[in-house]
Amino acid sequence: MTNEVCFRTLHLDKPWTLENYRSLGGYEVIKKILTEKTPVNDLIEQLKISALRGRGGAGFPTGLKWSFMPRNAEGQKYIICNSDEGEPGTCKDRDILRYNPHQLIEGMMIAGYCIGASKGYNYIRGEFSEPIKHFEAALEEARAEGLLGSNIFGSGFDFDLNAHYGGGAYVCGEETALLESIEGKKGQPRFKPPFPAGFGLYGRPTTINNTETLASVPVILAKGGQWFLDIGKPNNGGTKLFSVSGHVNKPGNFEVPMGIPFAELLEMAGGVRNGHKLKAVIPGGSSTPILPAEIIMQTDMDYDSISKAGSMLGAGSVIVMDETTCMVKVLARLSHFYAEESCGQCTPCREGTGWLAKVMHRIEHGQGREEDLALLDDVAGRIRGRTICALGDAAAMPVQSFIKHYREEFQYHIEHGKCMV
Amino acid sequence: MVNIEINGKKLQVPQGSMVIEAADSAGMTIPRFCYHRKLSVAANCRMCLVDIEKMPKPVPACATPVTDGMKILTHSAKALDAQKSVMEFLLINHPLDCPICDQGGECELQDIALGFGSDKGRYQEFKRVLRDKDIGPLISTEMTRCIHCTRCIRFGQEIAGVMELGATGRGEHMRIGTYVERAVNSEMSGNVIDLCPVGALTSKPYHYHGRSWENTVIDSIASHDCIGSNIHIEVRRNQVMRVLPRDNDSINECWLSDRDRFSYTALDSDERLTQPMIKQGDDWKVVDWPTALNYAVDGLKAVINKYDAKHLGALVSPSSTLEEMYLLQKLMRGLGCDNIEHRLRQQDFSSDAADSAYPLLGLPVAELENLDAALLIGSCIRKDQPIAAHRLRKAAMRGASIMAINALDYDFNFPLAETLVVSPADMLGSLAAICKVLLETGNGETPAGLSAMLATVEVNDTHRAVAQHLQSAEKTAVLIGTQAMSQNELTDIRALAGFIAESTDASLGYLSEGANAVGAWLAGAVPHQGPAGAAVDNDRTAVLDKHLMACVLLNVEPELDCANASAAHDVVRHAEFVVNMSSYVSENMKASADVLLPIAAFTETSGTFVNGVGDWQSFKGSCVPVAEARPAWKVLRVLGNLSELDGFEYMSSEEVRDELKILCNDIELSTRSPWRCPSLGSRDAGLQRIGHLPMYAVDMLVRRARPLQDTCDAIAAAIYLNSETALRAGVADGEQVQAVQESCSVSLPLVIDESIPDNCVMIPVALEETSALGAAYGAIELRK
Repeated sequence: MTNEVCFRTLHLDKPWTLENYRSLGGYEVIKKILTEKTPVNDLIEQLKISALRGRGGAGFPTGLKWSFMPRNAEGQKYIICNSDEGEPGTCKDRDILRYNPHQLIEGMMIAGYCIGASKGYNYIRGEFSEPIKHFEAALEEARAEGLLGSNIFGSGFDFDLNAHYGGGAYVCGEETALLESIEGKKGQPRFKPPFPAGFGLYGRPTTINNTETLASVPVILAKGGQWFLDIGKPNNGGTKLFSVSGHVNKPGNFEVPMGIPFAELLEMAGGVRNGHKLKAVIPGGSSTPILPAEIIMQTDMDYDSISKAGSMLGAGSVIVMDETTCMVKVLARLSHFYAEESCGQCTPCREGTGWLAKVMHRIEHGQGREEDLALLDDVAGRIRGRTICALGDAAAMPVQSFIKHYREEFQYHIEHGKCMV
Repeated sequence: MVNIEINGKKLQVPQGSMVIEAADSAGMTIPRFCYHRKLSVAANCRMCLVDIEKMPKPVPACATPVTDGMKILTHSAKALDAQKSVMEFLLINHPLDCPICDQGGECELQDIALGFGSDKGRYQEFKRVLRDKDIGPLISTEMTRCIHCTRCIRFGQEIAGVMELGATGRGEHMRIGTYVERAVNSEMSGNVIDLCPVGALTSKPYHYHGRSWENTVIDSIASHDCIGSNIHIEVRRNQVMRVLPRDNDSINECWLSDRDRFSYTALDSDERLTQPMIKQGDDWKVVDWPTALNYAVDGLKAVINKYDAKHLGALVSPSSTLEEMYLLQKLMRGLGCDNIEHRLRQQDFSSDAADSAYPLLGLPVAELENLDAALLIGSCIRKDQPIAAHRLRKAAMRGASIMAINALDYDFNFPLAETLVVSPADMLGSLAAICKVLLETGNGETPAGLSAMLATVEVNDTHRAVAQHLQSAEKTAVLIGTQAMSQNELTDIRALAGFIAESTDASLGYLSEGANAVGAWLAGAVPHQGPAGAAVDNDRTAVLDKHLMACVLLNVEPELDCANASAAHDVVRHAEFVVNMSSYVSENMKASADVLLPIAAFTETSGTFVNGVGDWQSFKGSCVPVAEARPAWKVLRVLGNLSELDGFEYMSSEEVRDELKILCNDIELSTRSPWRCPSLGSRDAGLQRIGHLPMYAVDMLVRRARPLQDTCDAIAAAIYLNSETALRAGVADGEQVQAVQESCSVSLPLVIDESIPDNCVMIPVALEETSALGAAYGAIELRK
């Protein structure tokens, strides 16, 4: 059951073309919906059955999210695709844009139909040169075929879609910062409430979904919610793209059923490099807590199982580390990343992430002090839960989890001024 | 209303209010930095985190709306832990340089750190340091102290309407500054000094001058526009240290214009007149007060004896106090003449014969923001009355249609629904065109002669749109601005504006010059009307046209304060005897005056200003007058005594005010003038001067406020015109050109400005360099 949903075009030559996508039944779902005027509630019901959960990291049920939209409210509404993909370790959306852009477009059209939006934006990470080319080409093809524009399939449904490129700020992957960025403002998250469903882009009701989420929709509606759910596990439906990186022999993106045991996924990625021993895994991208080998090897890769193991599935960005890895160095790098990427808006994150990074830098360079570990843990705790967006939590969680699992390594570093491994 | 509980205290608060507002209203303090009641909620400082029952995480009180049954704890262990954490974070990169920081003693960070900070820091890394930016002569920056609350940014976006300050950079590197290296240019910029909770933005003129706790705070009223902003004057050892806004939600809210805030810097100017002086031959002799006062009275009497009292006249600044104006007119009328005038920038007095209209705003200041449409006529409201402009801006942001007919394309900080920029000669025509539309579409009465007058008037789409906005909107106003008041056709402009207001049910109002124009009318500081509108028998000739042989000037520099600068200057120069009561002395004053009487500045005297709304706002003197200077009301009282006039036995300025107040009790104030049909006639097709009055040249005090003179709003003296007009006149950009009006001329550099209407030349008034010219509005010639 691999490459069933987002990667279903992958086996074809030039899988990104409209022709190829159509050969697999592309745009048939939206055509059917538009010509038959399928009731929105039926579509959302299928999504609810499928247990499709937000693939951007938060795992919020997609069907539920769409049902929050005041679909019959007057005025402009927006559907936005979040292809900012800035989380260290994640590279899955890039490949959807690259190899299956039309499925995303169809997914966004269906979403637009469901939430009553006639305008969509795909916010793409600015550094993605090839994916942007493919997505723009797909948009051109779709417009030329009348798949985008007004009165699509003669149904009276209008939908227009544009790509918007990010300027390189990680925080713009946060949905409200993304909205600010599209509006041409400094990319920094808004305080919620109000939530985007009520007050989103330009103050209008807006739904924001991850690329993988939206690209999954056409297949779910073609084959049924139950089919999708059955691929995965209850409450954790479908397939999931895992970006496996780090110390493995064959890093890459893998579309596999949700709930696949980690050991199996590791095997697909060719196992730990050069016969080294697995030390630890960050299962869902840099902002999720680290899990030591003995725990992760016993864990299935789905939202609930990983959560039970003490971490998060996040965006499915699996960072594998073997026993040669210095945890102090890893954390110092991660902390530096968050300090650089904090938008600077709210106090705990602006000041706290910088503080963490500076202390970690000191420890890594042999200047650690005895009280530093307690300080790091405390400062991280003081950031958590007190910021406008989740970036503060994301910066704090690795610190606390690294210290929890690898305290002796940190202590060694502080005492000896050098690495244990 | 919803029921909530804060720290166990049961409260009823309005639905939709935020927790912080509810706590504030109950007198419970929640620490905060970014929250400000007049700005949007940012929720970025996180200082106001509180503990709310059933919420897992502490939430910001400034951004959490109350709900029924909500139980809030502002001091629980969870709340305190969050607040103390934020405090620690705020302080780690703050320089803690309180001993050398101007904000010390009035710093929100300092105050709150006392309650929530620790006495020992755990942060041992390098602190962030930022290089300062020079953002102009008014605001001093020390951005290392910034805590990124973004109040200043939000002020710029939401109140001042200028995107001057913004945040750049991310994380720790985020910094507040101007996007490009340049001065913050807003007539309200000083407010960011008050808004900044720390010492990042402080007052440049007040820099290192004192500590807040050393200052005595005295309530007063601002003296530069007809809004009458409420202020605090802070005084230390008899010196005004600074001026701050005093909250008054019906007038200036918590804001203050830069002009009102920084004009105090002129108080210790080198040009202050500190001693009574009399002229003997060509020399000035310092004398004591009795000598000077006797000399003044004798001199005036000598002129009366030589000619008659009708050759006596007085000019008074429209920003003088009510008491000063009342006493001065009482003195002049006691001596036998009605020649007293405060309308120094007015050129057209032809309505005086039948007119009793007061230059009122026509509606409360706060009501400006509730207007649905407004038509401004000849008004640079943003610079002339910044607080009124702020209120109108609020209306405009709400969707009101604000429209303007001006001789210059003034910069507004809000969208205008319609704009007409026309030469002063065409202004009447534009108003007539709007009248024509109203006459065609309305069903009111047609005043006598109007239809005939409008027969040849051409109407365009803008005229139609203006009329339509005024007709369709609910609450509307027609406002005649300060700049229009000096135009030649003021009477006709008023007549047509009156008709427009009448036929659209709009209120008619004036944005009058100075701080006390309404007071001047009430006090009788006009030649055709006594106190409280008392009838007087006067021949209606403008005061300056009366061949004055003796003049009394009260805070007036005729060559800068009068509409026809050179003519006014000539009158004073040719008068045989001139008594100049002034806070300042200049070479021109010395050349023309015979007696110089040093009088107190507005901060040094008690008095009353009546603002455009008609509010009598009295104030006390904030400090003792400098050196030998005396409050003008006292000087006038003694001049009355020495002239052996009755009724000059006042013991306080309040007595003077109360005497006038009784007279004014029964009069009804209206802004409407009786209808008098204008004639459109043939207008002079030649070059017209637009004598724009720059905001930082309006009166003696402002003209001497150095920091204000260093801002962009201090317009340079030059000849401004568009390239086409320049081409026709045969002059080019940058050339030194002779501007000629009748017998007077000045040579000034020429500046091409495409926003000036065709056939017009803008030469600012009230500047030293242009003071040799004639009428502010009128024909002008250019010669190479």
